Parts: sequence; structure tokens; C-alpha cells
Amino acid sequence: MKLTGAQALIKSLEQKGVEVIFGLPGGAILPVYDPILDSSIRHVLVRHEQGAGHMAEGYAHVTGRPGVAMVTSGPGATNIVTPLADAYMDSVPLVVITGQVATAAIGTDAFQECDTTGVTMGVTKHNWLITDAQDIPRTVAEAFHVATTGRPGPVLIDVPKDVSNDLVDWYWPDSVELPGYQPLTGADPALVREAAELIARSARPVVYAGGGILKARASDALGELVQRTGIPVVTTLMARGAFPDDHPLCLGMPGMHGNYTAVTAMQKSDLLIALGSRFDDRITGKLAAFAPGAKVIHVDIDPAELGKVRKPDVGIAADCRLAIEALIDALAAIGVGGGAPAAGTPGHSRPDLAPWTAQIRAWQEQFPLSYDRAAPGPPLKPQYVVEALRDNTPDDTVLVAGVGQHQMWASQYWRFRHPYTWVNSGGLGTMGFAVPAAIGAKVGRPGATVWAIDGDGCFQMTAQELVTASAERIPVKIAILNNAYLGMVRQWQEMFYDERYSEVYLSPDLPDYVGWAEAMGCVGLRVTEPEEVVPAIEKANDVDDRPVVIDFRTDAAEKVYPMVPAGASNDEIVVDPLHGQGGR
Amino acid sequence: MPPSARTSGRPHVLSVLVENRAGVLARVASLFSRRGFNIFSLAVAPTDDERFSRITIVVDVESSPLEQVINQLNKLINVVAISELDPADATERELLLATVTADARVRGQVVQLVSMFAGKIVDVGVDQLTVMVAGAPAKVDDFERLVRPFGIVELQRTGRVALPRLGQPIDEPGRDG
Ligand SMILES: Cc1ncc(C[n+]2csc(CCOP(=O)(O)OP(=O)(O)O)c2C)c(N)n1
Ligand SMILES: [Mg+2]
Repeated sequence: MKLTGAQALIKSLEQKGVEVIFGLPGGAILPVYDPILDSSIRHVLVRHEQGAGHMAEGYAHVTGRPGVAMVTSGPGATNIVTPLADAYMDSVPLVVITGQVATAAIGTDAFQECDTTGVTMGVTKHNWLITDAQDIPRTVAEAFHVATTGRPGPVLIDVPKDVSNDLVDWYWPDSVELPGYQPLTGADPALVREAAELIARSARPVVYAGGGILKARASDALGELVQRTGIPVVTTLMARGAFPDDHPLCLGMPGMHGNYTAVTAMQKSDLLIALGSRFDDRITGKLAAFAPGAKVIHVDIDPAELGKVRKPDVGIAADCRLAIEALIDALAAIGVGGGAPAAGTPGHSRPDLAPWTAQIRAWQEQFPLSYDRAAPGPPLKPQYVVEALRDNTPDDTVLVAGVGQHQMWASQYWRFRHPYTWVNSGGLGTMGFAVPAAIGAKVGRPGATVWAIDGDGCFQMTAQELVTASAERIPVKIAILNNAYLGMVRQWQEMFYDERYSEVYLSPDLPDYVGWAEAMGCVGLRVTEPEEVVPAIEKANDVDDRPVVIDFRTDAAEKVYPMVPAGASNDEIVVDPLHGQGGR
Repeated sequence: MPPSARTSGRPHVLSVLVENRAGVLARVASLFSRRGFNIFSLAVAPTDDERFSRITIVVDVESSPLEQVINQLNKLINVVAISELDPADATERELLLATVTADARVRGQVVQLVSMFAGKIVDVGVDQLTVMVAGAPAKVDDFERLVRPFGIVELQRTGRVALPRLGQPIDEPGRDG
């Protein structure tokens, strides 16, 4: 069967089970847009290519399937670089297809030419420039394989216009052959036994769960490990929801804006069990002073993460789920967590964890997350709004966040009960992520309620995608915590630059968020009084045929606590003023 | 380029087998610059199997980041295999071309020096000679030091290529994820 390269490309995407493409056409990708008309694949026409990339990310976050975006050459390609970098940092599987000028024109500075594979080399797991149409099916198969296996990540396929027009003898490869790519799976049993021994001997263990748990679909395995061993768990910003917040052993989020207990439990721990986490500087604070008394077990599917930041005592390069399952068995074999020790192995007398968990309880009681609940507003306390949203939305609501103070409050105050209900930009910290990511999440999980908590600054970066959402009838709900500031930057200027506020004021009224929402086909609401908060949320929950935007007027003076100042040791955590300085 | 990896730490020789495709060298080079690794010398050429090329990289690192270099390189999809060659267990060779000032008075001395190093005179001018010396990098260093006093007009070294010594086990690091 003869197909054009463009037809072969779309047919290859169909072969991979793609149900939606987020994109925007242009000259070099024109041939590929024609067969879309005849395809079962849905195309969501974005208003800016950055939106396409973040939508694909939101889709991938909630479904676990790769998000697909398609854009033209030159400016289309450069506009999607930010989402690629975002997905690369957070290991999100994306397949991005870019048009390219015709092969004969490559290198001549042709109209809308850009060295797309060169530009994106550092922000993709791999990329391909196709020079022969016959390579299209094979390359698409390889691209999906690379994006979704091992440590997931974004890939890009650059398709010159003439290649799209050339004819292909259609085929579909049975398997991919990449001699330099053999992603790991199972864990080395000897290392797993060593890890089990360390666990059996530790008195103050903490599981340091990262986004890799979600990528490996290892939440159930983690739950089983914790249930058998009684070890408390911290869930990083990327792992919120990987272990339920209402579990008594869940300590919540560690790091720069983590809660006192999560931060301090890691500091005082004698064994960190890092599962799919990467010792990010926002977690460790000053590295030399991080968890000084802890031995480290580090499980990651990417061997380059082991020892990149902190040298593990036992480093296991493996899929997190398989490693945790093996660990559960290895622990059982030495009499930890169910079952008798295997015949011939000495039973362990494991240290009693009760003093450790009691210490943790004491910290939780002494230093809970807090704000001035007696004064919810006006101006509204942002934490009050987050709690009201949390308490007045369905249990399995997907929560999406932008980047800034509002993101931290969302992560801190939400109670995540299910994996894949939290979507945010962790590693890159991309303002403008929330609106398009929420749209992508809603496309991936149309049955779920999708709320985004966004900042006024972030909202202004990608709000135009609400036009896309209205046109495509994708009813997402956006709560803007409108503090009229680039709040997180303001907080740093207040705390570390003597309240010298430089270029952070935005105005609460310009733009008029309600008028803007309505102009984009959304329902727009404004809330200034605490007693209006819940009714507005309920009203938004009832809208199911278009997006809703609520402009919550929040207190600009409110700061995110606790906070470990940049470069400081986690021992110097500052809790909120109501609780005074955190002790050591 | 200085004659040998003498800056900080021990030089490590990585022999990297890569798929013979457009852009592979750019990926390797860009990885080194992005991760802040230093390339001391680099030589690349096809192998006997046309699907693959071999890049011989001399990296200048303390020994702990070397594992990072190898692990990060392994993540490149086009990198098929990496072996670290300990200079003690490897056969290493490098080639030097130099144009040397050599008028009638000293020409004989230069020719003699070249022949002591089993080199060749590859071009002859009125008062200049272009000479070639190939050998173990330390030998080539010695030659460069000894020929320098005659006056060097231009000098070019290839960077080293290396293969494991026969009968020695080599390190094959694990594959990436
Ligand atoms: C694209 C981008 N530019 C700049 C920053 C730096 N930055 C981090 S948070 C922030 C302020 C965000 O303001 P807003 O969306 O209003 O959120 P708030 O902190 O007020 O809740 C800025 C400018 C960033 N993270 N991303
Ligand atoms: Mg703000």
C-alpha cells in the first residue's frame, strides 16, 4: 500500500493508539494536517504552541499515556521548547512532532527554518530528523518506545515538508531495534537483600517517595511496603497523591516549603529510603547539612541518578514497582513485615519504631501547618480558599497548579487521596503551566472534575488557552488566587531584600479577570468575602458545559510557611510566625 | 592543546561505541558541556562495522564524577557501549604532525630525532620540514618536547585512540533506564 509520508505519520499515530493531538498548523507541517481530517484521532487546536505542549503534559500526567503535540517549523517549534524542558525535568512522556523546511532547504536559512533537533537536544530524551519518508513508521514506533519506557521523557520528531509529501510503502514494525537503548527493569536481588538488611536495622527510617513512584505505577506497592513495615513516608512535590495524605504514616511534603515534620523527620532519620526521587536542591537544602545521620537506599530507574547528588549506601537501578515488590519479599524473608523468616535465615530483632513514630506525632502536634484561621478575610486568606476548594470538590478531583505561592499552598493544604490527581510543574517551575495542563488533564480524564489553582501572574501567561477550552467544550475550572503580585518573588523581596519590592506588582483589576473570562467564553466569577467562597465553588462545580474562572481576591501579605531559606540547612526551617522559630 | 591530560585529576580514557548516524557527535559534545564535564581530547572514526563509530574521549575528572559521565553518556540513545580504559590496561596511540624550522645547519639533527622516534619526514621545504610521529602518547609528548627547541611553525596532534590490551577484562557499565 502506498501512502504519503503525512498519511503514514498519522496512520502510525493511530497504530500507537493515540486518541488526541494538541497542535496548531503552519507551512512546513501543512501536509500532515490534511490526513487528520480523515483520521479518528481528535485534534485540539490551541492558541499558542506552548499550550499544546502543556496540554500534552497534563494529559500524560493523569493517564500515564504519552501526550502528543504537533506544530510547525521555526516559531512553532521554538514555542514548544518550554513544555519540552518542563517534561524533561519532570520525566513526562511526550511525543512532539514538528514540521521542518524541505530537506533541500535545510541549512540555507529558509523561511521558518530552525535547527529544531539542535535546539531541543538538551531538553528531550531523544529526537529524530527524518530524511527518508520510508523511515516514518519505524521512527514513530521508536519515538513512543523511548518516550514511555525506562525513565519516561519527551521526544521529538522533525519532519521536513518534502518527506511528508513523498510516498511510503506502508509497513508497521513488529519491534523496535535500538542497540544503544535497553531500559532496565528488575532489581539486583543481592542489592535488594542489602537494602532489606538496612531497613531491618534502622530505628528512624523514612521513605522519601518521589515522582518515580507514579511513573512506575508503584503506589499500591508502596502502600503494601508501608503497611508491612510501619515506616513513615514523605511525598515530594512530584509525588503528592502517590501515598494518601490521610494515612497516619503520611508526613506530607518535604523541602523548602515542606511541613516541619516532613523536613525534620528526614533530617533526623537514620535511613532514607529514596524511591523514585532525586535529591533535588529544593528538597535537600544545604547539601552538606542534609540528613547527616542517615544511611541512604536509593532506587531509581535512571542509574545516573544514583550518586549524582548524594552517594547511596545501597543504590538500586531498577523500576520502582519491581524493586519495591522485591524489597517486600526480601524483608519477609528476614522476618520483617509478615511471614516467618525463611528457614535457615536468622530472625531479626528489628528496632522498635514506636519511639520514632511518637517523636513524629509530637512534631506534628507542635508544628502543624497553620495560618490565621480567625481572619479569613477580606482580603481572603489564600489558604482558606484552598481549604474551601478541598472540602467542596469531589474526592477524586484532579488538582492542577501554576508556579508560585499558590502552588505551594495547593500542595500543602490539599488532601490527596489518589495517585494521578495532582498535576504540576516541579522541576522547571514553569509559570503558565496550569491552564493548558488542566485542559489536557480534562481531555485525558473527561469524567473527572478538574480544578486548577493558579496565580494571577501565571494566569496571564497562558490564559488564552481558555478560548481553546471553550471552543472544544473542555469544562475546566480555574481558581485564581489573585494577590495582585508575583507573590513568590514578592515574598523573597520582603524576607531577603528588606522589603524593597522591585517589579512584582501586577494590580488586582487590570486585567478584569471576570470580563476576560467571559470574553473567552467562560463563566467568570469574583469573590472578595469569605462567606462567598463556598457558594462560588458550588456554582462552578455545577457548570459542565464551559470553563469557569473564579477571581479570588487574596491577601498579598500572606507568605508561604514553613520555609527553609535558600542555601540554608534544613535545620534552619522557619515555621510561621504564629508558631515562632522551629526548634532543632 | 596541551600535550597531555595534566590539569586536575587522573585522565580517563573512555572508548564509546556509537551508532554511525548524523548528529551523534553533537549529542556527545552537548552532553559534556551541559553537565560541565571536560573533554581533554576526542577522536572519532568509523569502526570495521559500518553501523558503528568509535569515539575515544579523554576526560579530565576526579574519579567520582567519572561514574556520572559514564552514566549520563549511557543515557544517549545512540551510545551502544562504553568502556573505561585504564591507561595501564590499554594500548593507546596518538599521531603528531609538526612543521619544524630546519635550515641546512640543523636539518640533520631534526632528521635524526625523527628517526629515533621511528617517525617520518612527510614534507620538505627550503628551511622547514613537516614531520610525523605516531606512538604512545607519552612518547609523542617526549618527541614534542625535544623537537620544540628547533622552532615549531605549526603542530597538530590527533588526540589518542585506544583499545583494551589483550587478555585484560574491561569494564562494561550497566545500561541505562
Ligand atoms: C516562566 C517563568 N517566569 C518567571 C518565573 C519566576 N517566578 C516564580 S513564582 C513567580 C510569581 C508567580 O506569580 P503568581 O502567578 O501571581 O503566583 P503567586 O506567587 O502570587 O501565588 C515568578 C515570577 C517562573 N517560575 N516562570
Ligand atoms: Mg500572584
